[in-house]
Amino acid sequence: MSTKIKDSQGDRIFNVVNIIVLGVVGLCTLFPIYYVVVVSFTDPIEFLRKNLVLLPEKWSLEAYEYLLNNKSFMRSVGNSATLALIGTALSLVVTSAFAYALSRKRLLGRRIMLFLILFTILFNPGIIPNYMVVSELNLLDTIWALILPALTSGWFIILMKGFFDSIPDALEEAAKIDGCNDITTWVRIILPLSLPALAAFGLFYAVMYWNTYFNALLYLNDYTKWPIQLLLQNIISDSAGGAMMDDNLNIPPPPSEVLKMASVVVAITPIVIVYPFIQRHFAQGVMIGSVKG
Amino acid sequence: MNMMSQIRRDRYLYLLALPGILFFLLFKYLPMFGIVIAFQNYSPFLGFFQSEWVGFDHFIRLFNGDQFWIMFRNTLAISLLNLIFFFPMPIILSLMLNELRSNKYKRIIQTIIYLPHFLSWVIIVGLTFLMISVSQGVINEIIEMMGYEKYPFLNDPKLFWIILTVQTMWKDAGWGTIIFLAAMASVDPQQYEAAKIDGANRLRQMWHVTLPAIRNVITILLILQLGNMLDIGFEQVFLMYNGAVSGVAEIFDTYVYRTGIQQGQFSYSTAVGIFKSTVGLVLVVGANYLSKKLGDEGVY
Repeated sequence: MSTKIKDSQGDRIFNVVNIIVLGVVGLCTLFPIYYVVVVSFTDPIEFLRKNLVLLPEKWSLEAYEYLLNNKSFMRSVGNSATLALIGTALSLVVTSAFAYALSRKRLLGRRIMLFLILFTILFNPGIIPNYMVVSELNLLDTIWALILPALTSGWFIILMKGFFDSIPDALEEAAKIDGCNDITTWVRIILPLSLPALAAFGLFYAVMYWNTYFNALLYLNDYTKWPIQLLLQNIISDSAGGAMMDDNLNIPPPPSEVLKMASVVVAITPIVIVYPFIQRHFAQGVMIGSVKG
Repeated sequence: MNMMSQIRRDRYLYLLALPGILFFLLFKYLPMFGIVIAFQNYSPFLGFFQSEWVGFDHFIRLFNGDQFWIMFRNTLAISLLNLIFFFPMPIILSLMLNELRSNKYKRIIQTIIYLPHFLSWVIIVGLTFLMISVSQGVINEIIEMMGYEKYPFLNDPKLFWIILTVQTMWKDAGWGTIIFLAAMASVDPQQYEAAKIDGANRLRQMWHVTLPAIRNVITILLILQLGNMLDIGFEQVFLMYNGAVSGVAEIFDTYVYRTGIQQGQFSYSTAVGIFKSTVGLVLVVGANYLSKKLGDEGVY
């Protein structure tokens, strides 16, 4: 569209200003992430001396070596990985099964169920009643306290139902003729057709589980069960450098700041790895409706 | 066909729905019965049925306490700052992105500014310390290099709300552009051609062609934002909390956490939570009603 009529002088200035301002926005967004990565690879002595390192003279893996050998830290990374794997798998099954059932118009009680689901988005009884239920179910201090209460959500169900709504009934009828019941139709016909959507939802669930903090703060006292975010918060807020990091005393820890940065980088890394895949999906428009998060 | 035979016919569909139904019953509706403890002096030893009933005592205590107005003010202030400074950001950014001629540059900027949405608040607060803390914050190091005194940004009650707003902008302003860019993509390019022929420069094209195309989306999001006025993220405020800013950092959710989980005042803190949720429900439903009145389609 740009070629037919020549840009005026004002439009050209506009273009340049636009490009520069957006570039600055991009740099401001990237800078904190860039800085945390750089500091985490800086020689700890150099950082102590300078306190501000935009590009280290001497690179170092000391902080990462320390973290890799640290039982508490690696255990938390493992907890979070387990949580993300099991949680995502269960969430996908429960969400897609329920959403598929709700997308079939012949289902008796469909409207009332949809209303009750919507109501849970609008009204939350609050932290304490939720805590009491988790406690009564004996889930405190187990990984299930982080998975079950977060298993699915009204938003995800409604979004995924919207996706299933668009699958034509004819497909289901054809499957019926071939002798499928509703469950085998769902497994053999519907799910394979929905793989891109499942992948997108799966990535969002995985990120949600990896970022679990509040539920862990509420429901887990036992620090051996802590996910990485909760340990990370303790590492960051403890100026002495790692409250829980006392189990490899034979190796002196690098100065706390560099160690903190390295822990942050470890917690960011999985997100950055899956990010291109997530981006591809929301670029396709699958997740457009989910801006509410 | 009667009900029973319909249910029998769809028994496998109900089986698919069952885990989800159980989830909603256990983790969404069972807690709603927990609301009764707000009207009791609940004691875990006596249970729901034996605990003493006290009517609205806990609510009266909440409204009469100084804490209430402080929390109310803090919540309102943080919400208003978000509304004024954060809310327009995705609109402005998407208008600017939409004007970029180079698709490659546009994609690079989009990739960068969507990313922070996926980072946890723990990480974002960690990055905030790294930027502005006194000990090693980049900005304070620069201030010192220029020969000035370091400034404790994180401990200044006057700056607390503003720092929260900036964090929210960093995290979600980019992500918020997605929905506007999608709406803009549906504009017929011929409309821009026509506007150009009529002599409209880029700014006028934005104003007369692009902006009307996203007007409905803006209204809907504004309604959502107004409806969620009381919903300020617990994690962000809780993690930024420190003794020096306690007066401006207490919101309903952090107060419920402190009085309920940390001090064990289950009944009182449940009452606080219910007050917040009820006002929130009224706000959302009211905002939605208003939008339908104004001729938009409403959100729910």
